[in-house]
Amino acid sequence: MTGLPRRLLQAVVVLWAAFTVSFVILYLLPGDAVLAKLGASEGGLTASAADLTRERAAYGLDDPLLVQYGKRLLAALHGDFGRSITTGENATSLVLNALPSTLAIAGLGLLFAVLFGGSVAVLSTYTRSRWLSQALSTLPPLGNSLPTFWVGLMLIQVFSFQLGLVPALGSSGFASLVLPAVTLALPTGAVIGQVLAKSLRTQLSEPYVEIVLAKGASRARVHFGHALRNAALPALTLVGVVTGTLLAGSVVTESVFSRDGIGRVTATAVGSQDIPVVQAVIVLAALFFVTINLVVDLLYPVLDPRVRTVARV
Amino acid sequence: MSSIAVRQEMSFYLRRPGLVLSVAVVAFVLLCAVAPTLFTGQDPLAGVPAERLQGPSARHLFGTDETGRDVFTRVVHGSALSLQATVLAVLVALVIGAGLGLLAGSRGGWVDSLVMRVVDVLQAVPAILLSLALVTALGFGTTNVAIAVGVANVATFARLTRAEVLRVRTGAYVEAARASGVRWSGVLTRHVLPNAVGPVLVLATLTFGTAVLEVSALSFLGYGATPPTPEWGSLVAGGRNFLATAWWMTTFPGLTVAAVVLATNRISRALDNERTPE
Repeated sequence: MTGLPRRLLQAVVVLWAAFTVSFVILYLLPGDAVLAKLGASEGGLTASAADLTRERAAYGLDDPLLVQYGKRLLAALHGDFGRSITTGENATSLVLNALPSTLAIAGLGLLFAVLFGGSVAVLSTYTRSRWLSQALSTLPPLGNSLPTFWVGLMLIQVFSFQLGLVPALGSSGFASLVLPAVTLALPTGAVIGQVLAKSLRTQLSEPYVEIVLAKGASRARVHFGHALRNAALPALTLVGVVTGTLLAGSVVTESVFSRDGIGRVTATAVGSQDIPVVQAVIVLAALFFVTINLVVDLLYPVLDPRVRTVARV
Repeated sequence: MSSIAVRQEMSFYLRRPGLVLSVAVVAFVLLCAVAPTLFTGQDPLAGVPAERLQGPSARHLFGTDETGRDVFTRVVHGSALSLQATVLAVLVALVIGAGLGLLAGSRGGWVDSLVMRVVDVLQAVPAILLSLALVTALGFGTTNVAIAVGVANVATFARLTRAEVLRVRTGAYVEAARASGVRWSGVLTRHVLPNAVGPVLVLATLTFGTAVLEVSALSFLGYGATPPTPEWGSLVAGGRNFLATAWWMTTFPGLTVAAVVLATNRISRALDNERTPE
C-alpha cells in the first residue's frame, strides 16, 4: 500500500492510539470521578454505597474493562465520549462549542508566530553585522525559556494596567485577542525561528547560491528569491508540532486571560476529574493533529516538484 | 594539573561568561533548595500583617504579599519543592525512557517492534494533554504533577537511547568484545552503556529546563502544591489577583523560573558542544 491509502491508514492508527492511551490512563488508573462528583455535590462523605453503585452504573463504570473499552470505542467512533460528569452535557459538543474561540486566538497567534519567527530567522541570516546576527539568534532560545503563564501576566501588567491599551480579561472584541495571541505566539514563533534559521543557513551554503551570485543576482534576490523558498519547505513539516504547541499554550493562555475555549474547558475538566471531557479533548486534538499532518503531506508534492518525481519512481 | 592546563581551563570559562553565570544560577538555586536558611532568616509561611503588599526594598528584596510574607523568602523556600518535582520528572522520563530504549535497541526483533509501537502510541497525544490526562487520573499534588510531566517525556528518551544503542552496537570494539567471548550483558554494561550515555545525559539536562516550565505551568493551573506551601508556579498564580497593585508578586517568581530554564539550557548546550566539538 502506498500513497493516500497508506497515509489514511496511519492516520486512523494514530487516532486509535490516542483513544487507547487516554482510555488506559483515564479509566484504568486509580481515581474515581463518581466519588469526586458525589463528594463535591453533597459536601463530603454523605454518599451511600447504593448511590455510588447507581452512579457508576449510569456512567457504565461497573462493566468489565474490556466491555467498557469496546463500548466506549464504538461510541467514540460515532463521536460520543459520554456526558460530562460535572454538568451532564454531551462531552463532544462541550468541546466543539469551545472550538471557535480557541481557533480565533490560535489563528492570530500562528500569524504572529510566523511573522516573529520568520523575520528573526531571515534577519539573522541576512544581516552582515555579526553582532546583530548573534543578538537575533539568542531570541528564539529566550522565547522557549520563558514560562507562558508568566509572559501572559506580564503583558496584562504592562499593556492593560500600566498603559491601559487593551482590556485585561474577557473575550469581547478584537482588542482582547491581541495579548493572548502574542502569548501563544512566543513559544511557537521561537520554534519556527530556530528551524527556519537553521534551514536558511543550510541553503545559503549550497553551491547554487554561489552560482546565482556569480550570475550577478543581488544578495536580496538570492536570499528571498532562492534560499528562503527552499528553506521554507522543510519548515512546513513543523506545522504538526506548531499545532501541538498552540493547543498546549491555549490551556495556560486561556486560563491566564480568563477566556472561554478548549484550553479553559480542559483545565476545568482536569480540575474536576471530568474524565469524558478530558478524553474528548485528547481524541479531538489527535484528530486535528492527524488531519493537519495529512493535509501537509498531500500539499508537499504540490509545493515541491522534487518530492513529486521521487514519489512517482 | 600544570599551570598551563589551569590557564587554558580558566580562559575556556572566561570566554564564556554566559556559561559561568548559568552555572552560578543553578548552583545558587540548588543551595537554596538544600539550605534555604542560608539566604533568608524570614518565615516563608507566617507573614507580618503590618508589612503587607510592600514593594521591593533592602529588607524585602522581592517585596511582600497580601499577608505580609516576604516573596524572596517564599521563592527561596519554594525552590526545594520545585526542584524536587523537576528532578523526579526527569528521573521518571530518564529511567523509564532509557530503560525502554535500551531494551528495544539491545534485544531487537519483536521486542524492539513492540516497545517502539508503544512509544509511537504515547506520542500520538500532545505532551501537555498526556500530562493533563495523567493528572486527572492520579489526582493533584506535586508528586503526581512530576510523574505526569515525566511520563509525557518518556517517548523522547526511549527513541534517543534506542538510536544510540543501535549506533554503538555496530562499533568494531563491540564486535571484538563479542568475538572474544564476552557475554552480551557484559558488553552492554562495559561497552554499549558508557558510549551511549552521553547524548542521553545531554537530553536529560535539556529536559530539566522544559520540566521546570511544565511543572510550574501545572502548578500555576492549580494542580500542584496546595497553598500556603511555596512553589514557583503557584507563587506566580498567587500574585494574579494583585497584578494591578503589586507587580512584584508575579514578576519575581516568574523571573526565577525563566532564569533557571535559561541557565540549564545554556549548560546543556555547552555539554552538547563538549561532546561534539563544532
